[in-house]
This record gives sequence, structure tokens and C-alpha cells, in this order.
Amino acid sequence: MGGGTGGTLIANKLRRRYGAETEITVVDRDNRHVYQPDLLFVPFGLVEPDSICRPRSKQLRSGIEFRLGKVERVETEKNTVHLNGGEALPYDILIVASGAELLPEETEGLTGPCWGATAFTYYSVEGAASLNKAMEGFEGGRLVVNIVDTPIKCPIAPLEFCFLSDWWLQKRGLRKKTEIVLATPLDGAFTKPVAARMLGELLEKKNVLVEAEFSTGRVDGEARKLHSWDEREIDYDLLVSIPLHGGSPFVESSDGLGDELGFIVVDPNTLQAKAAPNVFAIGDATNVPTSKAGAVAHFQAETLSENVQHFLAGEELEKSFDGHANCFIETGFSKALLLDFNYDVEPLPGKFPLPGIGPMSLLKESRLDHLGKIAFRRLYWHLLLPGRRIPLITAQLKMAGKDTSLLSSTKEGVTG
Amino acid sequence: MTTVTLAGTPVEVDEEGFLQKPEQWTREMGEEIARSAGIEKLSERHWQVIDFMRKTYLDTGAAPSMRALGKTSGVAIKELYELFPKGPAKLAAKIGGIPKPRGCV
Repeated sequence: MGGGTGGTLIANKLRRRYGAETEITVVDRDNRHVYQPDLLFVPFGLVEPDSICRPRSKQLRSGIEFRLGKVERVETEKNTVHLNGGEALPYDILIVASGAELLPEETEGLTGPCWGATAFTYYSVEGAASLNKAMEGFEGGRLVVNIVDTPIKCPIAPLEFCFLSDWWLQKRGLRKKTEIVLATPLDGAFTKPVAARMLGELLEKKNVLVEAEFSTGRVDGEARKLHSWDEREIDYDLLVSIPLHGGSPFVESSDGLGDELGFIVVDPNTLQAKAAPNVFAIGDATNVPTSKAGAVAHFQAETLSENVQHFLAGEELEKSFDGHANCFIETGFSKALLLDFNYDVEPLPGKFPLPGIGPMSLLKESRLDHLGKIAFRRLYWHLLLPGRRIPLITAQLKMAGKDTSLLSSTKEGVTG
Repeated sequence: MTTVTLAGTPVEVDEEGFLQKPEQWTREMGEEIARSAGIEKLSERHWQVIDFMRKTYLDTGAAPSMRALGKTSGVAIKELYELFPKGPAKLAAKIGGIPKPRGCV
């Protein structure tokens, strides 16, 4: 269920593994696959919206059936997916890869007349394109980037937006006339201490003001103010909102499948759903405590393809998914830095993927990391989605090459 | 990690005063933590939230987020802020004797 990064990847992997005796069907409500990491670049005119979308059906190996349809609910006791319109799809194994949805309407005032006029999100193709128009006409003032609440897709993307705004405004001669504010419900730039400190320093260096522990209660579009639940206010001229996220709506109609936010409750190491042994989930759709990001779906697919095989053979599942996430953070001026972490190990400085050699640097700005981020576009469509291995990148996190000396000294000061 | 005495019993807390062993907690300790956070008397509504937090933590191993609390505790977010000024999820966790809720990753 779902033809995004996780669904496409696992369908292709399983198609390679199993022959014609296995039928694989991918269901999605539309046929547009978006390379979501590039949404970040759209508001700055660095990428054209059309160039980041391709048909979902074309990313699937031959022999996989692609079906357009909206899922109404899943009946796990009857091994059946019910589609809008009454059609029923029976399954032996179900993989939920339905992602995370944006819920801007759940924040009071956000989707009023200001939405698309002075308040935007770049977390959708259309939103990013209309924000680009607004940025083109921006003449300075207060640019506020607001994370309404966690969890969100790609938790560091709002920081990247701040970094790129700093660069973009300098290029246009507007930086001195603009205050950039990051309003976040977290108590710092990031959830994990070492990275929070380093990214916090970078925000400070780029003169981005951080309004921490800001729990957005409502938006007053007319007065252009954000109000927090504890009655703080932030004025804005241009609001870049990262709205609330939730699971796909069918989850709520499917007994026992999801948590209170609509994410599928799974074993964090096997990715098997708590609801039924023949149901699994991958990517943003799961409730696992790691980033909602394509790299995570990629690492999960390794575990999941093994576990589907184990399940079909009646064997014990492997507990091999370790929460591994790996993300490039664009920092502006053609530089980026790289984070590599999992459930237990927070992002640390070092070299990646080869210990001591790199060539990528961890938690340190470099031009090469930026080139890596840009090059990943091609890898995504041609290597990652088809389910091929990416050289040197392992599904489990490796400690070699990471500097652990900072760990003990960070306990105080930063909370996680 | 330090040891402090709450309601006459020594307990382990982190640097912000969150109990590290939920099983050491008693309701009297909750009342004492609440008083030192400026809440003189815990009402039935306070206890509804605290008990819910504790139960969720003990059942699932994680304290609910603000949003989940607003959706499932039976107390809306606006009232949560009236009951537990500043940060309801954090303060209710502290009073309820469970570790500090971790921000999502």
C-alpha cells in the first residue's frame, strides 16, 4: 500500500527475489512519485517542481501490478484491503507504505485566508511552488519558520530552510532587512545533544534566531502572529509552516493498526505490525522512533525483504533494523553536512563511509557533502528505487569512523 | 544522576528532577513535586492527566507527546496548559514520577 520511496523500493526488492509464483500489487491514490528531498530547493528557484516528479508506475519493475485506488480500511482478520468504491483486495502479506500526511487544517487559523498569501509550506509540490512565488516578491521583514509539532518528515529540513534562506537573502541584498526566526517545539535545534549543539552554533553563526519550546496553538493570519499555547507571540511577515503530520486516514478506520496519530504500530526491529503477523510497515507510515526520511525507508527495506522471506518460510523474523538514519543537511553557499545515527547512537563527527578517509565528513560543513546531496538525485531514481545496492552504504550503523569523545561531555546543558 | 528525598524517601532523579525509577514513586511524592513547581493542590483533573501519562509510560515505555495527550487523555490542550503552565507534558511527567518525555526524532 503506497508507491512512494518505501513502497516502491520494497516492491522492487521482492520482485527481484521472487519469480512469477508471487503476485505483487502496489496501490496508490495517484500516479505521481515525488523526490521529496528536492522540495527544499523549490522555494529558492534552484529546482523546477516538474523536475522532481515522475510517474509511480514507471519506477516499478515489470511484473508488478500498479493500481490506482484510495484505501478505505484494512480488515486484518480477513486479510483484506477495502478500496473506495467497494473493491476488495485480498492479501497473504500486506506492507503498509502509506507515508505521512500534512494536516495544516488541524492548526487553528493556519488554513484561513493567509494560507497561500502570507503563510506557506514547502512540504508539498504545490506549496513549495507557491512559496517560490512569494519569495520572489519578498522585500524583507520577519521570515518565520515554524514547526507546529513533531513528528515531521525529515526533522532537519526546517534548519536547512533557514540556512538556505540566509544564503538566498544575502545573494539578493535583503539579508540586513530580514530577521530569520526558527520557532520550534523542541528545546533546541535538534533532538540529539551533540548535533543539537553543533547545529545550534551554526544557526547562531548565520544569525538565525531560535524560539525554542514554542508549542504553536493558533495562527492569526490577519495580524500575522503565531500564538503558542503558553501565550507567547511571534510576529511574521512571511510564515513558512511545517504543519502537523499524521498517518494516512484509512489507519483510523482500521482496528488496531495505528497509534493515536495514525502511524502503524510495529516492532521497531522487525517492522512487523502489532495488529497481525502478516502485516508489515515501512518508511514514514511506521511509528518507530527514528527520523521519517527516505534513507530510513532504504535501510528498513533490507530488514523487511529478509523478514518477508522468513515469514513465508515459517521462520523466526530477524531483529536487524537498528533505527539507522543518514541525512545530508544543506547549509547554504554550496556546502552541506552529513548526519549518521540510529536508535542508540546519536549523530557524531567523523568520516563516512570509510573510517578516517571519508570522503564525506560527518557533522561538519563541506563542499563534498553538498555534492553528495546533489548527486543523490540520480542515485535515487536509478539505484535506490530499483532496489539495487548502493556501494559502501550499510543498512546497519557502523561505529568505525565516528568520534565518540564528545559523548560524555554533552550530558549537561542540552536535553534530549 | 543524584539522590533526593521526597515524602521522606530517597529517590534517584536526573539533573532536572525527573525520577529515574518510576516504581519508586508515590502519590505523596507527586504532590510534593507539584508544590515545588508552584501547583499548591492537585485537582481531580490534574490527576486524570498524571495517571494517564503514567499508565501510558508503564504500558508502552514512552511518555505521550503533547499532541497525543491532547487527543487521548480526555483533557484538551488548552486546559492542559491551564492545569500545568509552561509545558504540560513535561510537568505532568515530572509529577507522575516518569522520565522526561523525549522529543520525537
